[in-house]
Amino acid sequence: MMLKIEDLIVSYGGIEALKGVSIEVEEGKIITLVGANGAGKSTTLRSIVGLVKPKSGKIIFEDKNLQNVKTQDLIKMGITLVPEGRRVFPNLSVLENLKLGAFVRKDEANIKSDLEWVYSLFPRLKERTWQLAGTLSGGEQQMLAVGRALMSRPRLMMMDEPSLGLAPLIVKEIFRIIKEVNKKGVTILLIEQNANAALHIADTGYVLETGNIALKGTGKELLSNDDVKKAYLGDSVHL
Amino acid sequence: MKKRNLILTIISIIVLAIFIFYADSNFDAYQVRILNLCAIYTILGLSMNLINGFTGLFSLGHAGFMAVGAYTTALLTMSLAAKEQNFFMQPLVAPLNSIVWPFLPSLLAGGLMAAFVAYLIGAPALRLKGDYLAIATLGFGEIIRVIFTNTQNITNGALGLKGIPSSTNLWWSFGIAIVTIIVLLSLINSSYGRAFKAIREDEIAAESMGINLFKHKSISFMIGAFFAGVGGGLLGSLLGTIDPLMFRFLLTFNILLIIVLGGMSSVTGTIISAFVITIAQEVLRFLDEPMNFGFAVVQITGLRMVIFSALLMVVVLFYRNGLMGSREFSWDKLIKLFKRNPLVKGGTK
Repeated sequence: MMLKIEDLIVSYGGIEALKGVSIEVEEGKIITLVGANGAGKSTTLRSIVGLVKPKSGKIIFEDKNLQNVKTQDLIKMGITLVPEGRRVFPNLSVLENLKLGAFVRKDEANIKSDLEWVYSLFPRLKERTWQLAGTLSGGEQQMLAVGRALMSRPRLMMMDEPSLGLAPLIVKEIFRIIKEVNKKGVTILLIEQNANAALHIADTGYVLETGNIALKGTGKELLSNDDVKKAYLGDSVHL
Repeated sequence: MKKRNLILTIISIIVLAIFIFYADSNFDAYQVRILNLCAIYTILGLSMNLINGFTGLFSLGHAGFMAVGAYTTALLTMSLAAKEQNFFMQPLVAPLNSIVWPFLPSLLAGGLMAAFVAYLIGAPALRLKGDYLAIATLGFGEIIRVIFTNTQNITNGALGLKGIPSSTNLWWSFGIAIVTIIVLLSLINSSYGRAFKAIREDEIAAESMGINLFKHKSISFMIGAFFAGVGGGLLGSLLGTIDPLMFRFLLTFNILLIIVLGGMSSVTGTIISAFVITIAQEVLRFLDEPMNFGFAVVQITGLRMVIFSALLMVVVLFYRNGLMGSREFSWDKLIKLFKRNPLVKGGTK
């Protein structure tokens, strides 16, 4: 198991946001965490990257407890985060943004070839190499956020709501690229409100409900599950 | 291309050297002094721009760092006789009362001392953000000044220091300004510089890129303070006398004015605006003097600063990016500009 979350309990003040969540992320797979607002998706992610301190429970990445690892050191261990709302550096060029993704790496030659790889994944970014990131469209910014994350050569890429605020066509494009990245051997932990799109590409899905794992199964199982359909997918959804 | 640009840069430095050589022997003392001030304000502006513009730390403690640099340099360079003359209230502490250093090592010591103080101040203050950091650094700047007023046996307190050897000349000030520009440009274009800018843009995203926020903020803060200290040392040596009152908030404000007008993350803008503002402050001196309007003679002391304050407001309201924003001068752009012009002329004929 690449990443193992055991019985995670997180509380904000007196209110428990996570009430014992256990998740297993297998290497080379796409794992998705779906759920409604306030279900605890982002809290789970925030505890993995160390932005919130869990009350109890364990987060283990390749036999190493992440409890006392600083956010800035995760990237050296091979974990990268595509944050919610993209968070590109608006007044820096696309190239500078991508180079910052490789900030902790010292292998210049490989960085160059990775840059070419990212450009081949997102030809749009190559066209806009010198443009300021803040002037890109929402979809392009999301591509840049993903590309920037890939520049660190991650083994585990965690994505927080990559479809947020994007047009359906762009969402489709982003998810196609997520799959392509996964095929290159990058494990993906995807956190999404857009359950339909996420479950379509996921190997394993977890449905989170008010701080508990309500359901677990393969993407296909969950897509055909009646409860999931009612709660998240609506009656007639086609992608 | 790169080789050509390097050659052009070297040629322009040589041209500048010839100009300094000419100015040194032909300009009068007043003009030389203003040129010196221009170069010193360039150093100070650049050092503050590194902290405030490039790293996005809104720090207002610059006068404090300058004071540390100025006092350190002055105390190291002053002759033993001058020291004895100054410290008649209380004798100067050992070992300062028995050492006299040459100018350059004293300047460096001033810079290092300022950087050390920045390290001490930064440890608690750099954990703050935005306005809170501004308030904290402003407070620290004042604290440094108050400490200097009260440590009679080191700084001579409110009496200040007189008879500082005037080692600052055009060669020193412009030479150090050029070194500052080169150091800053290479810093900004390195991976450190990229990290600074990332911190300015988005701290959370920067942290998830693996950038150690506190370490990089401290580095930027200390390098900025180092050059502020060197600038302070040059200034003290130029003026020949320093006292704690010189290093009030107004001095920080003057430098802030330079970087805001020039552009908060542009080296070029800072250089241009340092020269323009320093010269304008001299040219506009007549505003503070009695003015004869024919029917009445009016004197409004401080009108000069009103003009600059109004200018700052106009810039903040209408031209938020200042003169250059984050753009920089480059030979490529300049050559393009010149190449395009003849073509346009030819076309219209």
